[in-house]
Amino acid sequence: MADIDLSSIGKTFAGTPALQDITTRFDDGAFIALLGPSGCGKTTLLRILAGFEEPTAGSLHIGNREMANAQTGANLPPEQRNIGFVFQSYALWPHMSVRRNVSYPLEIRGLSRAETRRNTDAALASTGLERYADRMPSDLSGGQRQRVALARCLVSDPCAVLLDEPLANLDVALRATMQGVFTDFHKRTGATMVYVTHDQAEAMAMADRIAVMDQGRIQQFDTPQNLYERPKNRFVAEFVGRGTVVPVQQFRTDGTAQQARILGTEVSVQSAQHAARVSHVCLRPENLTITETGHLRSKVARVTYMGGKYLLETVTDCGARLFAETRARFDVGAQLGLTITTPWAFSED
Amino acid sequence: MMSATKHQGGSRSEDRLLSAILVLAICLTLAPVLRLFVEGVTDQGSPSLGLMRDVLAQPSTLGALKHSLVTAGFGTLVSLVLGSAFAFLVALTDLRAKAALVFCLMIPMMIPPQITALSWTQIMGPSSVLLKTLGIAPPLGAKQPLYSPEGIIFLLGIQHMSIIFLTLRAGLRAIPQDVVEAARISGAKGLRTWWQVVMPLTLPSLAAGTAITFVTALGNFGIPAMLGIPAGYATLPTLVYQKLAGMGTTVLAEVSVLAMLIGAVAVAGILVQRLFQSRQKLHLVGSTSRPLALPLGAARLPVEICLWAVVFAILVLPMFGLLATSLVPAYGVSLRLDTVTLASWYEVLFRQPVTSRAFTNSFGLAAGASVALMVICLPLAWLMERRQTRLARLFDSLLDLPYALPGVVLSIAMILLLIKLPFTEATLYGTIWIIFLAYIARFFAVMFRPVQASLKQFDPAMDEAAQSVGASLYRRLRDVIFPLSAPAAAAGAILVFLTAFNELTVSALLWSSGTETLGVVIFNLDDSGETGMASALAMTIVLVVIVLMALIQLFSRRFPKGVVPWQT
Repeated sequence: MADIDLSSIGKTFAGTPALQDITTRFDDGAFIALLGPSGCGKTTLLRILAGFEEPTAGSLHIGNREMANAQTGANLPPEQRNIGFVFQSYALWPHMSVRRNVSYPLEIRGLSRAETRRNTDAALASTGLERYADRMPSDLSGGQRQRVALARCLVSDPCAVLLDEPLANLDVALRATMQGVFTDFHKRTGATMVYVTHDQAEAMAMADRIAVMDQGRIQQFDTPQNLYERPKNRFVAEFVGRGTVVPVQQFRTDGTAQQARILGTEVSVQSAQHAARVSHVCLRPENLTITETGHLRSKVARVTYMGGKYLLETVTDCGARLFAETRARFDVGAQLGLTITTPWAFSED
Repeated sequence: MMSATKHQGGSRSEDRLLSAILVLAICLTLAPVLRLFVEGVTDQGSPSLGLMRDVLAQPSTLGALKHSLVTAGFGTLVSLVLGSAFAFLVALTDLRAKAALVFCLMIPMMIPPQITALSWTQIMGPSSVLLKTLGIAPPLGAKQPLYSPEGIIFLLGIQHMSIIFLTLRAGLRAIPQDVVEAARISGAKGLRTWWQVVMPLTLPSLAAGTAITFVTALGNFGIPAMLGIPAGYATLPTLVYQKLAGMGTTVLAEVSVLAMLIGAVAVAGILVQRLFQSRQKLHLVGSTSRPLALPLGAARLPVEICLWAVVFAILVLPMFGLLATSLVPAYGVSLRLDTVTLASWYEVLFRQPVTSRAFTNSFGLAAGASVALMVICLPLAWLMERRQTRLARLFDSLLDLPYALPGVVLSIAMILLLIKLPFTEATLYGTIWIIFLAYIARFFAVMFRPVQASLKQFDPAMDEAAQSVGASLYRRLRDVIFPLSAPAAAAGAILVFLTAFNELTVSALLWSSGTETLGVVIFNLDDSGETGMASALAMTIVLVVIVLMALIQLFSRRFPKGVVPWQT
């Protein structure tokens, strides 16, 4: 087990930058999610950690071993990194039984037969696969295949486990179960896990910390709560959770109280400490209350039933689209008043 | 994102291994072609086009060129008509027993051309045993109608119709069913759908198939040799053969110019084919999961009878001719219960030393080439798929050349390259090794392409998973990649074996006493008038071919898509 250190990692494919200046540290034993829209570079970053790609700039350390360094051209091949990798397609070897798939890493390491058998049995037991040991991968369901892939990458006790959208090919119900399997597994083994996904609910549910990526950069690396409640910039505010970013027209601090003029009304806002100035606020449904006397007049444009509550998409007089939640039903076209309560403000260039 | 990252990364040991195998493969396949080119444009070591000018000005060259173009051109036309009729009917309509029909249509391509020619001469002409037996033989002294340009054209057409059939059928299968259904919903009926929707979409594959058929017909040696030489009608490949057989290696420089001439026409054809094939990739979006089956209605039975009658005429009838000839005591005797004898079979299979020698040679060459090619192609195809270096891509685009170029061209190139080994006085000319190396070069693509097709469908994560658990390149090749591509490699090996076993064009110029191949023996037996023995041997080979093809067919379900050539 070891920390993962990335310093100024960059990667270009045929002149097109896929990753730019990634400097961060994944702590030992943490469950990290890399979250972002497709094409943001998250899979590339994961494959650099595994050694399938070489960075074109910067260096990578796992523990005190240097894995890759673009300056010296050093790059430890994947087979020497002792890292586990779970693929989106599972990548089980179709010509080997479940047991052989799981025991293969030990075979490579030249363990004795008895030891191989003991460790394999343990890995199969911890993923609940004892009964399927002699089946072929083609006889298994999607969830079972994913468990085999997990067992295979655990059996050799890797210093980190990398997961590339492992649940993307499973149905919704199975996804929830497998999320449980992953978190349980993480708790039990304490392995460092780096998990790539484009599904924020998945990232929020499992990860200790999430790196939100866009256009080859980490936009914010934080806890799930902070990402939602205290986004650093417009991209994070709009990508994580439901929210509308609107510009701040006027801003003044008065000791600890911060006041801003938004959509023509004066409201108190929250922002990072010592923020000299802010330019935008993020309005989430929690920041909006529907009141008769609300000073922000708006019209209901769309109503979506969310089970127990309704999501209203409203348009204000000045044209901004805001999302509000309510237990009462409104019709499309209804006029209502909104009150804004302490939204999160940030500075965006 | 995956596609952009797929071919990067990995270890340096892969780079080293790739370079080593790639250099070996280039030496084996492309060096002879290069050597031939150098020969044509130099005269005793200095660049010169003088020889080329002289040879091209000879009337025999121009005559042979004209004959080649005429027979290959019209032969392609015959293939086009037959092959496309079958392809459209099989791919688009609800005919029954399609699999059997396709299998039968593949047999002409797999039967060596000299046997095709031999079998057809046995059902025509005044001395045909079959016609005599049936009492409908033309009077003695009448001409054998196949010893003519028309005969060559007709047989070339039949021999190569499978190529048109296969490429067109593959193109038709790529047409999404909904495209045709949309036309029908819009009100287009039967032939109109075919003409306005299906035809325009298949034109590229039809054109590509036509070009490759032309090139193959141009390089064909067996048919013009068996039919044209008796008629005094020389094509370029037979002219090369006659010159080399008559005057030995003294005319090597001259025939290499002829070989280059054939090569130039062939390359033009290949370029046309590439052009059309690249156009093909543009359109066609949609599901192709279900093959089309437009109902023929009441016409179905008559159409089926018609198609099977054609199959009977081009496949079964000539075989009857061969069989009849092989069962009579002397050529020209009619086959009756009291004349039937297995003497020819016994003589050729068990008594003639040349046959058993040729059988050993052909078997050894074919098996050796299959194994050697498997050993080279498996790792090479894998590494080229993983690491697309510029050299690897260049090789990928050129490796079909020794197979696509007419066999005569390759043989001349091989002689030039190996008649005097560099830095020594030794020669490989006249030994079995020159044939072996020529087979390696010629059948490289036959082995490489199926393996490549199967590896293209291979999930790179399979290999990366093994890499991430610590398996070295050697372990990954042994434990993951070889087992998974073994079926494709087996199919490739059987195909190489099948083609090499019957091959004539290459060995016709390279054999010498003691290194005869089966193809050469049949050709020589027929040439020396031993038609009965030639027929018996040819029948044996046809049986071997059909058994091997049936074997592939039997295991075809275990192969990935695109591996078995008649199931693409």
